[in-house]
Amino acid sequence: MFISGVIYAMRDEAHKRFSYMIIKKEKLPFNLRGQVIYYVGPAPTPEGKVIGSAGPTSSYRMDPYTPQLLDKGLKATIGKGQRDKSVIDSMVKNKAVYLVAVGGAAVLISKTIKSSKVIAFNELGHEAVRELEVENFPCIVANDIYGNDIFIQGVNEWKR
Amino acid sequence: MREIKTTDVTQAVKNLCIEANYSIGSDIKERIKHFSETEGSETGKEILSVILENYDLAEKERMAVCQDTGAAVFFVRIGQDVHITGGNFYNAINEGVRLGYEEGCLRKSIIKDPVFKRLNTKDNTPAIIHTRIVSGKELEITMMPKGSGAENMSEVRMLRANDGLKEIKSFVIEKIKVAGGKPCPPIIVGVGVGGNFERCAILSKIALLRETGKPNGDPNWAQVEKDLLEEINRLGIGPQGLGGTTTAIGVHILVEPCHIACLPVAVNIQCHANRHKTVKL
Repeated sequence: MFISGVIYAMRDEAHKRFSYMIIKKEKLPFNLRGQVIYYVGPAPTPEGKVIGSAGPTSSYRMDPYTPQLLDKGLKATIGKGQRDKSVIDSMVKNKAVYLVAVGGAAVLISKTIKSSKVIAFNELGHEAVRELEVENFPCIVANDIYGNDIFIQGVNEWKR
Repeated sequence: MREIKTTDVTQAVKNLCIEANYSIGSDIKERIKHFSETEGSETGKEILSVILENYDLAEKERMAVCQDTGAAVFFVRIGQDVHITGGNFYNAINEGVRLGYEEGCLRKSIIKDPVFKRLNTKDNTPAIIHTRIVSGKELEITMMPKGSGAENMSEVRMLRANDGLKEIKSFVIEKIKVAGGKPCPPIIVGVGVGGNFERCAILSKIALLRETGKPNGDPNWAQVEKDLLEEINRLGIGPQGLGGTTTAIGVHILVEPCHIACLPVAVNIQCHANRHKTVKL
């Protein structure tokens, strides 16, 4: 599938902070309801380009925080690699999905990003929260709202 | 005694950092092409072609193949007849990293303290530098940007001395099964056998520098590599872990003598973007 529109880039440290802010009932940098988070820490932006190389990072490191964000209305996350059970259960409960982008396809993916703006935690550098406008951002549905898991299904299909 | 200036080292390292991150070796490309011919899964095939397309685009656009431009790992072979002049050798390498990562728009991913504050050093230093004194008057520097997605899936294990091949294989397979799609398969598997606790870890990383898919020089170990590669590709993990027949494109084992009472084994997993470049001064 291809995504066009606004998605939010954030990874490890920003997730830790969001989690803390949710517990403290503080206002988050953006409203999570109906939004999409892309796990990425882009390379610095070369001159004349919108963003540097920007492929997905491993999603499992965000697993401890994801159910909290899904409970706040987050609808989709994009990363690479399988998720743990707590995230999959939370996706079923909250009717959310997990999408994977091709790890290492960082230059190709960067071409689908049309604008990039830091909206929070600027001091974190490439770990800051970014608002990205994307056009035909390519990804594959890995976990749907029914609890299906492409990682398990794929391996079962091709195991010899 | 041959003199080599630290300024030349810095310049060479700067270029290595940039080139290693922009361009993937032809061995990797050939190997992925080779495996995509037999890849059973259509999605898997498509992912392999996207990966190849990205390599070409990175080279053309002069951009980093992957946004994780890694920790800067160096393997240096210093001829014993070389005299390095004009300052400290390690500082010269770190200066090259600083310059290369800045000029090449490469991500700086090193933090000062792994636990407290986690402040970024902002220039991707310090580099991790392994040096070896060798005969001759050449200085050979290999730079490897090692990303953490795959590094996190690696492990050192002290097996029992008599555990032998069976346990070595089951350790490797276990690590790859658990890793699944996390380390960006198709992967290259570096295995260090022997040495001791720290040496086998280094061996497993040096193993990754071998031309991908080139068999081990020892026929016994070449057979183990072949068997392991086949077994790994029967696991079904496939490109990016979404299922398929191409989970690994190479298993490289490096072996050294060890103590009678131990069998140290290290598995260093490498994503498909196995980046490294070497220069001789």
